Amino acid sequence: MALLGQTVICGLLLGGMYALIAIGMTLIMGVMKIINLAHGSLVMVGMYVTYVCYRTWGLDPYLGMLVAMPVLFVLGCVIQHFLINRLLEVESILPENQVLLTVGISLVLTEIIRFIFKSDYRSITTPYTGEALLVGGMSVSIAMAIGFVIAMVFTYLLHLFLTRTDLGCAIRATAQDREAAQYMGVDARRVTVITFGLGSALAAAGGSLLLPLFYLWPDIGHLFTAKAFIITILGGMGSTTGALLGGLTLGVAESLGATYIGMGYKDVVGLVIFLLVLLFLPHGLRSLVKR
Amino acid sequence: MHHYRIWATVALALLALALPFIFNSPYYQHMLILILIWATLGTAWNLLGGYCGQVSFGHAAFFGLGAYSAGLLYLHLGASPWWGMALGPVVATLIGIPIGLICFRLRGPYFALAMLALGEIFRLVFLNWVSFTNGPRGILMVAARPGKILFYYLALGILGLALWGSYLLIRSKWGYYFVSIREDQEAAEALGIPTTRYKLYALLPSAFLTGLVGAFYMNYVAFIEPNVVFSLGNVSVMIILVVILGGVATLWGPTVGAAIYIALGELFRAQLGAANVLAFGVLVCLVILFLPNGVVGEVDLFKRLMGGKRRGDVGGSLGSP
Repeated sequence: MALLGQTVICGLLLGGMYALIAIGMTLIMGVMKIINLAHGSLVMVGMYVTYVCYRTWGLDPYLGMLVAMPVLFVLGCVIQHFLINRLLEVESILPENQVLLTVGISLVLTEIIRFIFKSDYRSITTPYTGEALLVGGMSVSIAMAIGFVIAMVFTYLLHLFLTRTDLGCAIRATAQDREAAQYMGVDARRVTVITFGLGSALAAAGGSLLLPLFYLWPDIGHLFTAKAFIITILGGMGSTTGALLGGLTLGVAESLGATYIGMGYKDVVGLVIFLLVLLFLPHGLRSLVKR
Repeated sequence: MHHYRIWATVALALLALALPFIFNSPYYQHMLILILIWATLGTAWNLLGGYCGQVSFGHAAFFGLGAYSAGLLYLHLGASPWWGMALGPVVATLIGIPIGLICFRLRGPYFALAMLALGEIFRLVFLNWVSFTNGPRGILMVAARPGKILFYYLALGILGLALWGSYLLIRSKWGYYFVSIREDQEAAEALGIPTTRYKLYALLPSAFLTGLVGAFYMNYVAFIEPNVVFSLGNVSVMIILVVILGGVATLWGPTVGAAIYIALGELFRAQLGAANVLAFGVLVCLVILFLPNGVVGEVDLFKRLMGGKRRGDVGGSLGSP
């Protein structure tokens, strides 16, 4: 019983942090209608920024995050403004060209990082790295718990931003219907640039929270891309609460899979759930609630 | 077909036959074989992704199935992996049927993602099912193997088959159905085209050829491992990039793309060392931004630049069948 409890709690905590990354992807997908396959690489770049802050100034990753987020915000804006938005004017046979461009961007980001930091595995050690909280026979990692709480705070702040501010409303309006939003005077291009920046900043935040828990190497981005798009589909695209729910679901499912089926099959569980949801619940987990 | 086209094709075929003697060193011959492998993979992908518009991010599944059909035959039955060349494409095609029936319920980016997920599922299962597949240790074939020249002609034959098959398919009624599905699925359905069935008709030859190349790869390289043959980044995505580079929905595009991809890849590797993948990534971004329909797809653009023709003189270049 303690094993089951521990598995579920661990899954929930990790899932909360995955959700933060996925919410960034969901935002981008909602507004741009593209799957950003560079998202994991943005997470990875964010992690490296935090890592550098830790190495040079001894900055705790939870503070380094405050450096990584603005850096990634700017990087995201630049990518959207100079690369992806440019592609809107180019005529091509396959509409998937934008997705492929994000693949190219991901390749470039990964290789630049590999060029600077080499492929070595890196990790950081914080005072709380090995610490755990013991609750009724279950041990809960402190780093995970802190990460989860911060992720939830960010999710709530983002929710407030999207519902209470003009810019947030403009983002949601563009996501719902780009043309209608433009008729209402929303500068859709500017919105896409800001959204991509915001999504990247959230990716950096999620990455920084996971930094004390994961080894860091340039190819780790692929892992997060896969998780983020699975969660995005689970959550039913374009919905923050959906992505949060999706993140928690994926976290628990993977955790259960790792404990009861085998570590190697952990990722298979997530992918199979993803396929099933894509096929039978095209609007994500939300459609279960509505029925 | 115009006369000059027939002569051009014949001349090209003769040149292809003579190439391994012109580049008479194992290194260049290896490069040529790699070009043929990627050209065939691209041509196969192009049937489904280019003409039919169903962008698959999971073709590594078919490639890996073909390679593992040959590898497992050798591992478990001790049979020569050459038999895999017969089994591999059949297995890939048979597995392609359920994959198609499942994934064609989805459209556009969702189809792409479902295929991506399937490719990854295959990789993870082959990685973890150690008792059957040898897992991450892979399968190493220890047997006497013929020289590179034979492999070259075999690969050339497979590419010839792929190009010929694509040509016939695209010229037929099916080809027009494929393009109509890509351009507007609702309109195609309204005209009475059973879209799911024809998408499957595009997928199956595509899977067959990809599986065939997979089995050939096992024979040629003599070592396979799930992370190599089911790789998302190095197989599935690279196939797409080869096609994009050369020209989506053009007969010769994938071949041209493969030649550029391998040649530039080697050049970058020799000149830039560690930065070669970076240079390739930058190139991919540039091609998508400035030559969105690939080198062959933008031939008209080059002609215009060379001959100084006015823009109005150029006919449509939207990848006609």
